[in-house]
This record gives sequence, structure tokens and C-alpha cells, in this order.
Amino acid sequence: MSLLEIKDLKVYYPIRGGILGRTIGYVKAVDGISFTIEEGETLGLVGESGSGKSTTGKAIIGLERITQGRILFAGENITKYVGKNHSPYRRGVQMIFQDVYSSLNPKKRVLDIVAEPLRNFETLTKAEERKRVDELLDIVGLSPETAIKYPHEFSGGQRQRIGIARAIALRPRLIIADEPVSALDLSVQAQVLNYMKDIQQHFKLAYLFISHDLGVVQHMCSNIAIMHRGRFVEQGNKEDIFNNPVHIYTKRLIAAIPDMDPSKREETQVFRDQVSLEYDRNFHKYYTAKNQVYDLKKLSDNHYVALP
Amino acid sequence: MIEKELLKINNLVTSFRINGKYYPAVDGVSLRVKENEVFAIVGESGCGKSALALSIMNLHNPAFTKIEGKIFFKGQDLLKLNLTELNKIRGRDIGMIFQDPLTALNPLMKIGAQIEESLTFHTNLSGKEKQRRAMELLEGVGIENPSLTYDQFPHELSGGMRQRAMISIALACKPSLVIADEPTTALDVTIQAQILDLLKKLQKEIKSGIILITHDLGVVAEMADRVAVMYAGQIVETADVHELFSNPLHPYTRSLMASMPSKASGDTQEDRLHVIQGMVPSLLLQKRDGCRFSPRIPWIASYYHEENPVYHEVRPGHHVLCTCFRHFHFKEERRKSRVIT
Ligand SMILES: Nc1ncnc2c1ncn2[C@@H]1O[C@H](COP(=O)(O)OP(=O)(O)OP(=O)(O)O)[C@@H](O)[C@H]1O
Ligand SMILES: Nc1ncnc2c1ncn2[C@@H]1O[C@H](COP(=O)(O)OP(=O)(O)OP(=O)(O)O)[C@@H](O)[C@H]1O
Ligand code: SF4
Ligand SMILES: [Mg+2]
Ligand SMILES: [Mg+2]
Repeated sequence: MSLLEIKDLKVYYPIRGGILGRTIGYVKAVDGISFTIEEGETLGLVGESGSGKSTTGKAIIGLERITQGRILFAGENITKYVGKNHSPYRRGVQMIFQDVYSSLNPKKRVLDIVAEPLRNFETLTKAEERKRVDELLDIVGLSPETAIKYPHEFSGGQRQRIGIARAIALRPRLIIADEPVSALDLSVQAQVLNYMKDIQQHFKLAYLFISHDLGVVQHMCSNIAIMHRGRFVEQGNKEDIFNNPVHIYTKRLIAAIPDMDPSKREETQVFRDQVSLEYDRNFHKYYTAKNQVYDLKKLSDNHYVALP
Repeated sequence: MIEKELLKINNLVTSFRINGKYYPAVDGVSLRVKENEVFAIVGESGCGKSALALSIMNLHNPAFTKIEGKIFFKGQDLLKLNLTELNKIRGRDIGMIFQDPLTALNPLMKIGAQIEESLTFHTNLSGKEKQRRAMELLEGVGIENPSLTYDQFPHELSGGMRQRAMISIALACKPSLVIADEPTTALDVTIQAQILDLLKKLQKEIKSGIILITHDLGVVAEMADRVAVMYAGQIVETADVHELFSNPLHPYTRSLMASMPSKASGDTQEDRLHVIQGMVPSLLLQKRDGCRFSPRIPWIASYYHEENPVYHEVRPGHHVLCTCFRHFHFKEERRKSRVIT
């Protein structure tokens, strides 16, 4: 049994128009995706802006109404809990948000921010609570004095670590990390990614790791799904996706990653032009007549590609 | 063929007034950019990259900013020009791609009109020709439906599209120097590749010089001819791009490279990225004597740092600030793995 199993998930946003504000159409932000995440595993969710990554994450955590599909957590259908903040399911799944500057309430002390999920789910005495918060801060490398400060007193990386401390307060089994390091500098990013890996080992955590930075995804994820127009175009392990991409969209994405070796520049350019040509020429073979992504076909054990 | 020098900056100091006192954000920067050259400036947030870029165009608010030093563009000292003279150069000879597209675009003007405004100011194309050129430019930066975007306001565009619209304005007059401040930071990799390609093409076509400001070492490896690494307002290392990537020397450069996730990192669960101890100090707290990076590598004995760090030319064109690089090793490495002479 997988820790998380998503079956044919769809999330449509209504487009309203006319004087009556009737629904005149839908934005199909997520349009039929299925995947599983095993305990302790990291699944990378990659795709261009607007492809539906955040919507997927929010639907799983219950912040977005599901149009269709099923979400099983540890085998239990939890679609019914969606929107209910205090459900037992919400204990097991937490989220780290992209925007480190607005995701922490500026008026609350770090103590209150980190303790909030504890207060929702457990009844602790003040002393017990403080002890737990200190432990959590220690795990993310912050000193106990941190607890009485306010978010604005911290750097971006420190704030993101406060967000992580809050997310792990209830010992979740899955964390949805939506672009957790996109706003951070290289060395701060390194620090947060290291903590995320440490915590993962410590708690046997699984991550749904959302990012558009393929270097970061490569570093963090064992399995990767490539999303385009609300659907998956390809899914596989790191090896499959980076060294043996099959879908033209994935190929173009991988070809666009800058090479860290300046002497390979010409080579990279030639390869990129080649892929780009192939993309223009064969686009229609990879998308339906209506420009939609096909259903996934199994290529090998772990490698799925959207082909006709 | 000898490329002509486009821009020469000598000992630039840009200071901001905070509570009545001036604090330098750019502190003694000298550099040269030749025609047809991509000069990259890398460094983390707050090290002074944008402050440097805005100084070249003299775009800082004079009430709060003091700029000292010399900035020669094609032999002309930009800091001595009056506003009319400057405005002629801005846009036509020097194009600027700003880090934040929303502040750079006029919110009340359609994108097409903004491009044409620049063309009106600096060229004498007819109305029809300007419109055609505007469409061409929008298409060139990878906007899928140029005639639609032409008629849209900035707020109707996504972040990536805004960035591209601004780039098309900066390139409208084919400037001989382009200052690109994080031109692709907010964009997806495929669009990033497209925009970098566009900059390369422009450069081939009109032999512009490009100052490319970024914190992405991958973009540097891909685009730059020469690189300057900036830390706390100073250039700590500068070299040809091949030299810098094969032989990085300054402790800051080496630390940055080690903190970068890559193909090789992350293969095992135990793989950890290098973390630079401490953080970039704010302008008010920055120490200004001795080696500015020394607080972040405290395991390197203080006598290895110079009291007044100077540049050392280790190979032709490769300059490193301070002597500590000869004794630097990562904290987790054993002492003295290599001594560079
Ligand atoms: N509340 C909403 N109402 C209507 N449309 C929405 C809403 N939220 C998202 N969308 C649309 O759904 C699509 C998917 O958005 P989503 O935020 O999931 O993308 P994303 O992959 O996370 O992109 P990014 O990388 O830019 O964060 C987009 O077309 C977006 O405009
Ligand atoms: N107008 C200003 N007034 C006061 N301080 C400023 C001003 N502009 C920048 N600074 C300070 O000067 C330093 C350098 O800022 P700058 O914007 O040049 O950094 P940067 O290298 O471009 O960083 P980033 O990568 O975040 O864009 C920072 O400490 C910043 O807080
Ligand atoms: S040798 Fe100089 S430049 Fe290098 S770390 Fe020490 S003080 Fe800084
Ligand atoms: Mg998103
Ligand atoms: Mg900047």
C-alpha cells in the first residue's frame, strides 16, 4: 500500500462572465493526473508556470475543491475530509509554502507560529508546549531564543526553516513543499535543502517536492513527474527523466538546463537547436488534435510517457 | 581583431544615506567591458549588483545616494553628463533590463505603445515601421501572440511575459551596451534558454557588450566571456569564464560553487550541499577593514588574511582579492589540502 495514492485528479476553476456572473467555461488547472508516493520517498513535480503544480499540492492538502478523482492516504479515501482543518488526515500531511515572506504571520511570535498545529491537535501544558517548540527549532538549527522573536527579525532561509519547524510539529508522514527554496540565495538554499534531507531521514518523511528548478529537483528527488497543461507528460525515476527523456516536452525541458561546464557551450547549443527543431516538427505526434496531452503509457517498470 | 573598449569603470563607490550617514553598497569596483563581450557579475542577494548597475545609468535617487569614481562609456564620463545628455544615451546606446519589470514598465500604457515610445525617441521610423518592429521584437522574445500582447497593459500579463516585454523595450534600439539585471530569474528554463539565445543573437548582430547580472552560475557558464564575483560591494575574483570554472580560487567563489545542486550531487540520501556559515551582513553592519569574507570562514587563521586586501594576478587576467585564497580549505576538509602559489 502506498502512502499517498492519487487517482484521476481533476481541479477545474470556473470562469464567470456576463452580467449574471454565470459560469461560461472552466480553467482545467489539473486535468486527470494519477500517481503514488511511497513512505520516505520524494516525488518531484516539475513544470512550467501555470501547468497546475500548486493546484495539485493545494488539492491534496485540502485547500482546493476537487472536481473529480480520489485521494487515498495510507489506503483510506480522504476526499471527504477536504476542507476540514482538524481531520486526522491533516495531521499526517503538511505543507511548506513558496513565499517565505508572506506565509508566516508577521504579528505572531515564532513560538506561536510553530505551536499552532500543536494547539490544534494536542492538549499540552505551556511547559510541554515550550519544550516541543524548542525541540523543533533545534531540529532546524535555530536556537531556543528564536521562539520569542517575530518573523521580520529573520533572514529568508531562517524563515523557511521556521516554516519547516511548523510543518514537522505533528510528525507528518508527507510534506507538500511548494517551491520551498525558489526565493532563496544559493547558500541559503543549500542550508534548507540539507535540513529537508536530514528531517526526511529522521522521520521517514515523504515529500511532494514542487519546483521549476531542475537542478534542485535532481538533487532532492528519486522520482519525477513532468506536468504540462494540467496533465503529466512523463513520469519516471531521476535516471529516466534526465538521461532518457522520451516525450518531446521533457526533452526540450532537459535540453534547456544550463551546463555548468563553459567548454561544452557549443555542444549544448547544437543539441538544443536539434531538440527545438524536433519539437516544432513532431509536436503534433505528442499532442491530440485539440492540443491536449495524451494518457500515460507504460514504457518500462517505472517509466510512463504520454503517447497516443 | 581587437575589440574596442565600451565601458570602463574606475574605483566606483556608491553609497546610500541611512540615518544621515553614507554607507557604500558598491565599494571600489573597477571593471572593463569590451564590444562583443558578455561580462557577468555574480553574487548573492545584497552584495551590490543592482546598485552597481543602476550607478552606470545614473538612476539612483541623488538625494540619498553618493556616487564616486569614474564611469567611461565610449570615452565619455557618464557621471559628468547632464540629464538631457544622459537621456539620449539611455535606451539608445545603453539598454537596461531591470530586475523588477513592474517598476520599470508604465502601468498606464499598453505594451506596444511603450516599445514604440522608445523607438520614437531614438529613431525616425514611420508609424507603420515602428509597429512592425514592435511586433518583431515581441515575437523575438518568445511571446506567442504578439498582436494580442501589443494591445495589453502590463497588469494583464504574467510575470514571465512582463519580463519579456521589458526585454523587448530594452533591445528596441539595438543598444551597443546592454545591462541585464537578472533577466531570466523569474522565468522557466525553456524561456530562459530562449531569452539568453536572443541576447546572444543580438550580440552577434550588432556586437553589443552585455553586462549580465545573475546569481545563477549555470547562466554564467553558458553566456559569459568574463566573470566578476561580487561579495559585500567588492569584486573578490575576476577571470575568463573557462579559467573561473576550472580554477576558482577565492574562498567565496569556491563556496558558492560547492553549494550548487548539480547532476552529481544528491545521488545518495546522505549527499549534503555546502553551506556558507553566517550570512551577508547588512550595509550598516558590514565591516570595511580587512577581508570582508573572513567572518564566514573563521577556521582560516586570521594571519592568512591581508590587513588591506589587494588584487593578486594569479594568471593573466585572473585576479583574486587577498592572499587567504592560498590557504583556504573547506571546514570539513583536512587542513591545508593545497597551497596555491
Ligand atoms: N483561484 C484560481 N482561480 C482561477 N484560476 C486559477 C486559480 N488558481 C490557479 N488558476 C489557474 O490554474 C492554472 C494552474 O495554476 P497553478 O497555480 O497550479 O500553476 P503552477 O504550476 O503552480 O504555476 P507557477 O509555477 O507559476 O506557480 C493557471 O492557469 C492559473 O491561472
Ligand atoms: N536605495 C537604497 N537605500 C539604502 N540601501 C540600499 C538601497 N538600495 C540597495 N541598498 C542596500 O545595498 C545593498 C546592495 O543592494 P543591491 O540591490 O545592489 O543588491 P543585489 O546584489 O542586487 O541583490 P539582489 O540579488 O537581491 O538583487 C543591500 O544591502 C541593500 O539593502
Ligand atoms: S584572503 Fe582576503 S579575500 Fe580571501 S577570505 Fe581572507 S580576507 Fe577575504
Ligand atoms: Mg505554483
Ligand atoms: Mg539586484
